[in-house]
Amino acid sequence: MLDADFFRRWMTAAAASVDREAERLTALDSAIGDADHGSNLQRGFRAVTAALDKDAPDTPGAVLTLSGRQLISTVGGASGPLYGTLLRRAGKALGDAAEVGEEELAAALRAGVDGVMKLGGAAPGDKTMIDALVPAVDALASGFAAARTAAEEGARATTPLQARKGRASYLGERSIGHQDPGATSSALLIAALADTAEANGE
Amino acid sequence: MSDDKLVGIVLVSHSAEVAASVAELAKGLAGGATAVPVAPAGGTEGGGLGTSAELISAAAASVDRGAGVAVLTDLGSAVLTVKALLAEGDELPEGTRLVDAPFVEGAVAAVVTAAAGADLDAVEAAAAEAYSYRKA
Repeated sequence: MLDADFFRRWMTAAAASVDREAERLTALDSAIGDADHGSNLQRGFRAVTAALDKDAPDTPGAVLTLSGRQLISTVGGASGPLYGTLLRRAGKALGDAAEVGEEELAAALRAGVDGVMKLGGAAPGDKTMIDALVPAVDALASGFAAARTAAEEGARATTPLQARKGRASYLGERSIGHQDPGATSSALLIAALADTAEANGE
Repeated sequence: MSDDKLVGIVLVSHSAEVAASVAELAKGLAGGATAVPVAPAGGTEGGGLGTSAELISAAAASVDRGAGVAVLTDLGSAVLTVKALLAEGDELPEGTRLVDAPFVEGAVAAVVTAAAGADLDAVEAAAAEAYSYRKA
């Protein structure tokens, strides 16, 4: 079972990963976006870890809801409301339970991803974070490692796609040949989840 | 009409200058419409290009007179941030609505309509109607 501390460690691991990879995310974003994805997410996840340290929410749902709220408030780019919605919807789906199982987590993340698709209007194949998140959630039934692999493969598979959402879509065919920064950061988020689960012995 | 209370207007842009200038333009073109509460929410809190949920929430609170608040946005994260705040439920005043309208033309239409004492539905309809004006 996964408790609030597990979810706090997941968010902390995600923040550390975003810190490590911020330059790469921004470099990917400078090719087809506005070159701020790494620094935006860095600011957002620093706010997440600071809020979790301060408030220490005591249920998995509350950890994710608070984290999502911080991302919406602090990121400053489209990834803020999108990741914020992902975490907040997932948090709401987990409710007030003190501990949740892997199946509940998978169902909650599914609800989160559905919320992101509704908010941004993106579908699989549009060269967005959805291209990493949907395969990851699909694979979660087979375990955390499978979800990480699926997210990373999904992110890499955005390279030949033409962007159909967001600023990159204005580039038309010129968006082809670049890996999507949002799908890349989504893969980091899922990898942080898998790392946390492995360290937990799940 | 809603008890003589005026609908508030919030203008959200990636740029503080754009939001403030469109607010000024809309109020100017509305003539004696200075009574309409209009607040810009542009850029990030640090003064850069982007969207700030805090600035949007503060702007909406500042124009809320109890008749609802119409929020107009430019693009991308401005739209998504307002939608996410509305989904949150408690971040924006009761009766706040994201209006689907072109930013500049919609702002002018919204302010002029609100100045006439119209309710939120009418302000929203006027702003959205601005899409139908073809330029070529």
